Amino acid sequence: QVSAALKEGRVTPGELCQRCLALIKSTRFLNAYITVAEETALKQAEESEKRYKRGQPLGVLDGIPVAVKDNFNTAGIETTCASNMLKGYISPYNATVVQKLLDQGAVLLGKTNLDEFAMGSGSTDGVFGPVRNPWSYSRQYKEKSVPKSHSEDEESNWVITGGSSGGSAAAVSSFTCFAALGSDTGGSTRNPAAHCGVVGLKPTYGLISRHGLIPLVNSMDVPGILTRCVDDAAIVLGSLAGHDPKDSTTIQDNFKPFELPDLPDVSKLSIGIPKEYQAPGLSSEILALWSKAADLFKNAGAKVIEVSLPHTRYSIVCYHVLCTAEVASNMARFDGLEYGHRSEVNKSTESMYAATRREGFNDVVRGRILSGNYFLLKQNYENYFVKAQKVRRLIANDFLKVFGSGVDILLTPTTLSDAAPYMEFIKEDNRTRSAQDDILTQAANMAGLPAINVPTALSERGLPIGLQLIGRSFQEKQLLTVAKWFEKQVKFPVIQLEEVKRHNHDVFQHQKSASFS
Amino acid sequence: QAATVAVLDHLEQLALVDFRDTEGVERLRKAIQFADQLQEVNTEGVEPMDSVLEDRCLYLREDDVTEGNCTNELLKNAKEKVEEYFVAPPGNIPLPKLEERETFLKGS
Repeated sequence: QVSAALKEGRVTPGELCQRCLALIKSTRFLNAYITVAEETALKQAEESEKRYKRGQPLGVLDGIPVAVKDNFNTAGIETTCASNMLKGYISPYNATVVQKLLDQGAVLLGKTNLDEFAMGSGSTDGVFGPVRNPWSYSRQYKEKSVPKSHSEDEESNWVITGGSSGGSAAAVSSFTCFAALGSDTGGSTRNPAAHCGVVGLKPTYGLISRHGLIPLVNSMDVPGILTRCVDDAAIVLGSLAGHDPKDSTTIQDNFKPFELPDLPDVSKLSIGIPKEYQAPGLSSEILALWSKAADLFKNAGAKVIEVSLPHTRYSIVCYHVLCTAEVASNMARFDGLEYGHRSEVNKSTESMYAATRREGFNDVVRGRILSGNYFLLKQNYENYFVKAQKVRRLIANDFLKVFGSGVDILLTPTTLSDAAPYMEFIKEDNRTRSAQDDILTQAANMAGLPAINVPTALSERGLPIGLQLIGRSFQEKQLLTVAKWFEKQVKFPVIQLEEVKRHNHDVFQHQKSASFS
Repeated sequence: QAATVAVLDHLEQLALVDFRDTEGVERLRKAIQFADQLQEVNTEGVEPMDSVLEDRCLYLREDDVTEGNCTNELLKNAKEKVEEYFVAPPGNIPLPKLEERETFLKGS
């Protein structure tokens, strides 16, 4: 819609950019952004305006304000990964996906907050502090929450965004940008999407370039896309997907950007409901919602059957070993010599490295590095690392079997419950939380499959709940078509942000139902 | 096999990251316990999986130089440099042994 508005001249890229920047300022309490690139954004908007005036926009994304998670390299803009290790690091280059967005004329507003080095499921463990879920300040949530005492109002009641791409999810959810990039290694795009009520797409591994995305687990990382509707996600996907010679893990097949049908038809599809996804701890609300969703498909004529992915419960353990092992390797590059933080200790190279890493990494990161190194020790390699790789194959095979038997799409919950209040969330440590929260999203990363979170309904507490659709490898068109159909059926409510409304009535009115397609 | 002080010390040296305190050590112990669940799975005859793209051929390009000459760019982010060199403290000096290190593990 906004793109059409830009074309028709109803609004200019400059105005759009200004409004978004203003909104970012007034929602600073959300802590969604680490860096706001105000000057460059305004310049990009100016260039875009010139193009529109000449009648030559670069495409649908020209002039559209976007945000990027702070673990993507952005030339000339600080990239921190929310860690002391990279504070002050100004990237000398753009990640391929960032470059692609800029080449399409998108306006980069800034870098969003995350868990340190994308490790975590709450966006609470970065050095710049936790991200607050915009829904904490929505009328829907406030109406349902009972203040315990007069002084204990919203300050202590706010809920987390989920993670680790919490900043990106919050940015999209609070209307400060029209699309944001996240990353997804174990659910890091879909988890915050579910908690913040936005669409979160994890593409098939190998579809989108990882060049410039600071790596966590090379065999599972993918850039993730966060938007307010499925059509927008399809558009962004169209501009990002495709082979990149700079990332040899991108497939060479020709990618054709697609448009989704206006009236998708799901009657010829077979929807699988994996019974193991009724995991312990799944809230009864979500279970009921999942069941209702299955009925929606059934009533539309689709074949809905129960399927089994028997190794599901080992997926999180397998992930734990493989992830920490790859992390141990990937974090080895941070030694203080070429970039990032460097310790004052100067006695020897090794002691400088050790001190730099002691000073630069937080507990979570250090913990994973040490665990990873343990699993990679000669005496443990077979029993842990190789064993996990074997289990990985079993998990991937589970999916192959199910898809091979005629199932087109799997329907599962995305999270075990709605967003937890921050005060509750921090009572457990990061690893326990990740193990609990990643359970439903993690297996798709193991098998490299595309998956998407579609906001479905509000919980009893007035917070978003999303459901997940998992598709076949490289079948994003089918996955997004089904997702769009589902989105139309559930009609997820728009967030009613009160505080913001007071300050920016005009901005809010314009962007309330804003998608750019 | 278990996380003895010797193994922990070895890990600290390999990873060049320290445990910091009891919590750090506990964290590792719990991680190992958690990972032990893998032993329940029967992986008889199963090949380890390195990548989900194992059935595809990797893209190989011609061995031609297409970019580079960005010395200044690359040096910009380094804290200590001299001309076109990154400067490191003296090498080939091993980390002090456990007894002499400033590490939490000393007490264990």
